Amino acid sequence: MLDKPWNNRAWFFVIPVLVFVLFSSIIPMMTVVNYSVQDTMGQNNFFWNGAAWFQNLLDPTTDIGGRFAAALVRNLIFSLVVLCIELPLGIAVAICIPRHGWRVGAALVLIALPLLIPWTVVGTIWQIFARQDIGLLGAALNSVGIHYNDTQDPTSAWATIVVMDVWHWTGMVALLAYAGLKAIPDAFYQAARIDGASRWSVFRNIELPKLQKVLVIAVLLRFMESFMIYTEPSVVTGGGPGEATSFLSLDLVKIALGQVDLGNAAAMSLVYNLITLSLCWIFFTVMTQLEQRKGS
Amino acid sequence: MATITLDHIAHAYPGPSGAEKRYALKPIEHVWQNGRAYALLGPSGCGKTTLLNIISGLVIPSDGRLLFDGQDVTRLPTEKRNIAQVFQFPVIYDTMTVAENLAFPLKNRGMERRLIEARVAEIAELLDLTPVLRRRARGLTADAKQKISLGRGLVRSDVSAVLFDEPLTVIDPALKWELRSKLKAVHQALDMLMIYVTHDQVEALTFADEVVVMKDGAVLQIGTPADLFERPAHSFVGYFIGSPGMNFLPAVIEGRQAVVDGQRFDLGAQYALPAGDVQIGFRPDYATVTASGGIPVKLQRIEDLGRRRLARVTLGGHGLVATLPNDVTLTGEAAGLHVQPGHLHVYVDEHRIEGQRMTEPLHA
Repeated sequence: MLDKPWNNRAWFFVIPVLVFVLFSSIIPMMTVVNYSVQDTMGQNNFFWNGAAWFQNLLDPTTDIGGRFAAALVRNLIFSLVVLCIELPLGIAVAICIPRHGWRVGAALVLIALPLLIPWTVVGTIWQIFARQDIGLLGAALNSVGIHYNDTQDPTSAWATIVVMDVWHWTGMVALLAYAGLKAIPDAFYQAARIDGASRWSVFRNIELPKLQKVLVIAVLLRFMESFMIYTEPSVVTGGGPGEATSFLSLDLVKIALGQVDLGNAAAMSLVYNLITLSLCWIFFTVMTQLEQRKGS
Repeated sequence: MATITLDHIAHAYPGPSGAEKRYALKPIEHVWQNGRAYALLGPSGCGKTTLLNIISGLVIPSDGRLLFDGQDVTRLPTEKRNIAQVFQFPVIYDTMTVAENLAFPLKNRGMERRLIEARVAEIAELLDLTPVLRRRARGLTADAKQKISLGRGLVRSDVSAVLFDEPLTVIDPALKWELRSKLKAVHQALDMLMIYVTHDQVEALTFADEVVVMKDGAVLQIGTPADLFERPAHSFVGYFIGSPGMNFLPAVIEGRQAVVDGQRFDLGAQYALPAGDVQIGFRPDYATVTASGGIPVKLQRIEDLGRRRLARVTLGGHGLVATLPNDVTLTGEAAGLHVQPGHLHVYVDEHRIEGQRMTEPLHA
């Protein structure tokens, strides 16, 4: 192993990938970078603006800075709420899925069903479902005396978006957890029965530790997706009422395409992107290091 | 501590309805005596693990009753049976330390903390786990983990029986020897009923007071290691136990003699045989080959095992193995076979038949 051949020409093999990444990611990204350091007075004339867009964006006392900070906090709360519900719920569902027989297939298909629905369709389903006049959910809630209006009441809007996300994505957590549970050999359960362990103790001492790895993946996937959520709230609430459900993506689209405020939008895109990347990196590093420390 | 009775226990796994039931375990009747060590020996898939799981309650038998000290426990769930079981692969609780692992079965049964600590210390001492007691169990080697599993099986002093399901599979050979003698010592120290499943005859014969030999779901013989060696009740037992296994030759019985390919073997007893496929069997350990005399055989090759030599010979086209005494030198193919009288057994349809020994010699 020590006398590995050392030949820098091997780098040529990487060139096709580099070229591909250049066209697929780097060049489109550079146009955004371009906008983020320039300003325009119209007529397609651009001039250098330095870091002014970024300074504004990161200063919460400015208009755009305040708006960005509010959307960021809103989005973090949303991700946290969604994770706190979907993770335990997904594990609970996975534990209830049968392990043998035809019921396995039936249960898995039913659980995976929401995952197969296009996101705009999910939004549309819930938009109609929540309507107070003809929607089953909205009409039913109001008829039993609960005040529910997702177009005017922020609490209703939030509840709708959260429940919709739980409906849409808990299945994925459940499927991951189910795969993890299936990988636990029967001997562990048999040993636990012989040791007289309670159901809770089996969960706490066998299932949960063995699920750790798939749960790291589940947390990562669910966090990223919920932090970048756009389609469903855009269809159901459009970010409203007011700014109540304007998460980062929604707000970004409003600024870029609604107000055609290219400089602010470009700066926001880049910062948003960096936040996502660094949060994922932190997550992953912390989780894998915890794992290693436990091992030794 | 208990005596376990198997009352016509049998088990068939549910198959397609209408099809004839296929028994993974054919009806068996046996009493496991308190304080003794038993081994269930047989090739893979012979039903020994099924039998073990029936005793521990992980499998409910389709037929028969299981009694612990006379009490019917056939349908009692595992956790109420007071049984300890050690599995083939180490089962440890990852998040706990070694000490917590060992204490787990006791803690679940609400034992007092002080007593738990004393018992854990005692078992850890027996299995040489004391130096790692405070360490997290998941970082340890496979054999240390298996020792923890063994420890969890042995930690409860009030169990009816401790069951071992091929517990030394993952242990490397040098440690295997050590752990096996450790288990034997533990058995003597703790005076428990232990049942040990294995497909390794050395493990079974060194560990157990009594060995149950199984094949295809049926019990072929239950006996002490000496019984199995001296008087195998079934030709499979003769073949499976001993290294090399027993020699079997198709024979015709004529009174006190067996005729194989025109050659006569003295049986030392009178046989009146039922109809069936007749064979004679003898162990290589009780047969010797010399240069001349005895029954003429053809030498194939000699195997030098260091401490003893074996001669592979043929008699009328049938292969045999016999001991070659160290003072014998063979030249050429011709040799003579001698079988010690009284160590020749007659098998009809693979089952051993007892002959009638005459009290008075035939020709005085």
